[in-house]
Amino acid sequence: MSGDLGELYQEIILEHSKAPRNFRKPETANRQAEGYNPLCGDRCTVYVDLDGDAIKEIGFQGSGCAISRASASMMTQMVKGKSKAEATKLFEQFHNLVTGKAQAVQASDLGKMAVFGGVSKFPARVKCATLAWHTLQSALEDKHETVSTE
Amino acid sequence: MSTAVHRSGLGQAALDVERIRRDFPILDQTIHGKKLVYLDNAATSQKPRAVIDAMVRYYEHDNANIHRGVHTLSVRATEAHDEARETVRCFIQASDASEIIFTRGATEAINLVAATYGRANVGAGDEVLITAMEHHSNIVPWQILCEEKGAHLRVAPINNAGELELEAFEKLISPRTRMVAVAHVSNALGTVNPLRKMIQMAHAHDVPVLVDGAQAVPHMPVDVQALGCDFYAFSGHKVYGPTGIGVLYGKEELLAEMPPYQGGGDMISSVTFAKTTYNVVPYKFEAGTPDIAGAIGLGAALNYINDLGMERIAAHEQDLLAYATDAVGSLPGVRLIGTARERAGVVSFILEGVHPHDLGTVLDREGIAIRTGHHCAQPVMDRFGIDATARASLAIYNTREEIDALVEGIRVAREVFA
Repeated sequence: MSGDLGELYQEIILEHSKAPRNFRKPETANRQAEGYNPLCGDRCTVYVDLDGDAIKEIGFQGSGCAISRASASMMTQMVKGKSKAEATKLFEQFHNLVTGKAQAVQASDLGKMAVFGGVSKFPARVKCATLAWHTLQSALEDKHETVSTE
Repeated sequence: MSTAVHRSGLGQAALDVERIRRDFPILDQTIHGKKLVYLDNAATSQKPRAVIDAMVRYYEHDNANIHRGVHTLSVRATEAHDEARETVRCFIQASDASEIIFTRGATEAINLVAATYGRANVGAGDEVLITAMEHHSNIVPWQILCEEKGAHLRVAPINNAGELELEAFEKLISPRTRMVAVAHVSNALGTVNPLRKMIQMAHAHDVPVLVDGAQAVPHMPVDVQALGCDFYAFSGHKVYGPTGIGVLYGKEELLAEMPPYQGGGDMISSVTFAKTTYNVVPYKFEAGTPDIAGAIGLGAALNYINDLGMERIAAHEQDLLAYATDAVGSLPGVRLIGTARERAGVVSFILEGVHPHDLGTVLDREGIAIRTGHHCAQPVMDRFGIDATARASLAIYNTREEIDALVEGIRVAREVFA
């Protein structure tokens, strides 16, 4: 794989896309939202068990490209146990990372998700990487409309 | 190799593809260090030097508004615009230039018919019949009309190969059907519809037929009188012309009876605050200053391919389509979407374990441009139970080497996602 492509499809991203974590609807879920990326047809439903301000449990379902599936999978691992405000801050940092605006410090805050830095060289794929995050945001705000990345 | 192959395969009269490629400046470049392989022609085709030059020449020498001035430039611009209309008429074999209406594209052409003929002739309880392989541009305008009028949209089914089920189509033509609107060639599947039969069936019930020809005009000779269709729509930019210009052909007797589309300058013959009388066709449907340079560019594009010969173009592309279908279709893990007996221009497929969007990104890194997604035909995707396909679509300048590059790119993608 050539340089840019190797940075985009890092091993951990491919691994999560093939075997996504938390790929289910948690029984205790009390919030959910749907996301749709009309450009490539990616669909994503994010389920959250919100306990007060804390994301007690989270899962997702849907279909999409490797980037969107891996991003959703790793996001669920990352925000589980976090507060709404913390999840929103992580989304901001993630968004800056994939659009090439991230500082090194912020990228390190994202832990494993820093591997998505390669997306910044593929502007057409930013929407794939952020679909699950937009959908999570909608679920946390309890909006009842499908999130579209267009 | 390609030149030799194409010549030997098709005889003396075959296209000289290497020479054609030199007419398209954009093809001479590398993408990510690889030779550009442009296989997204169903989205938009590239433009030959003849088109680019015609538009530059117009702006550098003849630019003025049409139908207005007595000065020399206005006369030249008007003549060039009229000439473009005549070129279009001749290209699709319409009987009179007044049957050629310039629009922004096929989409606007269909919307024009829905908003004028449709509004005037479709009422509550009436039906509009389309097919399951339509592009959104031949679905949504009719949905809007049906919603406004309390009419019903009927959809003729397609089989697993992506072919229209002709018997079901005929049965769906009812005493309430007021319009049939069908694609000549499906943009997502490449299926060529049996238009003559369909039009005969509709006409047997006195139902007019609109044909969305956006994906047909670049690939085959089109004769609207031989087809017998009532309306025919296509876009300039898919047939080597510029963006922003398209064509609606309509039978004169239908156009004459239709109410206007948009109001403004050029579409009137006289205006007072009490009453406006409308201009004759086609001007009645062309309010405002039109895309003059676009029409001239489209005329240059049609002249360019007409000189090459539509029969020869069709033969070259059918040869390439068969080659591509075999090469891509025989790859492990590939499922072709759209295997109709008669197809044109398009190989649509999915690759097991690799989402089309990821495939598109990998191919782009190999210099290969294809389209991935639902191709503005979501009902087609639903019909095949998928979200998206990868689509390679052909043009006059494509070669077997480029198909080989595509096949190699698909192999690379399989390795990445193995």
